Amino acid sequence: MEKYTAATSLGIAFGVITRYLVLRSDYRQYPGYPHGYITHLSLGLIAAVLGALAIPALAEKEFTAVTFLSLAATQFRDVREMERKTLAGLDLTNLVSRGPDYIEDISRIFEARNYLVMLIALLVGGVAYYTHYAIALVSGGLALIGARYLMHGRVVGQVAQVRPGKVHFEGPNLFVEDIHMMNLAREEVRQQVKKRGLGVILEPFDDDARAILGNSGQRMAIAHDASVQLGIYKDVDTAEFTPLLRRDLDTGRVAMIILPLEMDLECLLLAITRVPVLESAINRPLKSRAGYRAAD
Amino acid sequence: MAVSINKLILAVVTLNHDLVSGGGAPVFLAEDQAELDRISTYLSRITGGVTHDLENGVYIVVRH
Repeated sequence: MEKYTAATSLGIAFGVITRYLVLRSDYRQYPGYPHGYITHLSLGLIAAVLGALAIPALAEKEFTAVTFLSLAATQFRDVREMERKTLAGLDLTNLVSRGPDYIEDISRIFEARNYLVMLIALLVGGVAYYTHYAIALVSGGLALIGARYLMHGRVVGQVAQVRPGKVHFEGPNLFVEDIHMMNLAREEVRQQVKKRGLGVILEPFDDDARAILGNSGQRMAIAHDASVQLGIYKDVDTAEFTPLLRRDLDTGRVAMIILPLEMDLECLLLAITRVPVLESAINRPLKSRAGYRAAD
Repeated sequence: MAVSINKLILAVVTLNHDLVSGGGAPVFLAEDQAELDRISTYLSRITGGVTHDLENGVYIVVRH
């Protein structure tokens, strides 16, 4: 009896702690509401319970218990669906939309985090059952650190050099350095862009990075994150002030124009460097023979 | 997801009526540059479109 109590309670505790630690309201600005936290913590609790019970149940030759794990997997696929629906719905009213790729990325992460919780609970529960609870505590701690470290994806600053770019007009055409952004007819709009517009150039480090920046979902994510973090000088009826990212076809460089409320270039560069690289944007042409040879 | 048509010319504002003909978008004729600017400002605000300059005295309001 003692053994079960230690194994399951430790497993559940570590599982819930994991879920809490990865639920911080971070750069994604989501979830931002107590109800969101409750939903995800409760789902995390369910995942932790399932994970923690698995090893003791198996040890008692209760093989049916394992089928519960598959039930859980179905549950958590629904989490992804739920997140996707919610975010896609909310995206319609965002001044600068996240875009479908970013939404898919976030929902995938929310699903994966539940599996992570389940695995950690499984590990801690198993260790506590077969060895001593002190060892379980240590291994749980290590697993937590490992999870935080491993679950960190790359950010834009790791794939591209982010630097300021000069904003200028040639007639009605807006350029950031030599990259054409758009044609703006109205003088009033051009004056605002001259006054408030900040230009940024993203130079990819290699061919893989060039492919990442070429993905338009990735560029929408950059525009969204930058505008959320610095505020955006735009309303629903001023589409001209939507942040834009355009690609230089010759070099794969990407230029960005944004009219933030906080006109602080340093902070803008920081915000852009810390935008996550979306899983769906990752392409690795350098891993293929043709891509590698073509790269020189 | 809401469905809408993107990259659509919502309106054409021009100083010279000879430069435009036919088409699906309404054409607004302006007397001078000031009126051209004013009409296109109103139209882009009302429709949520962006005004582009074709650099021949013709402005188009486009939904992106």
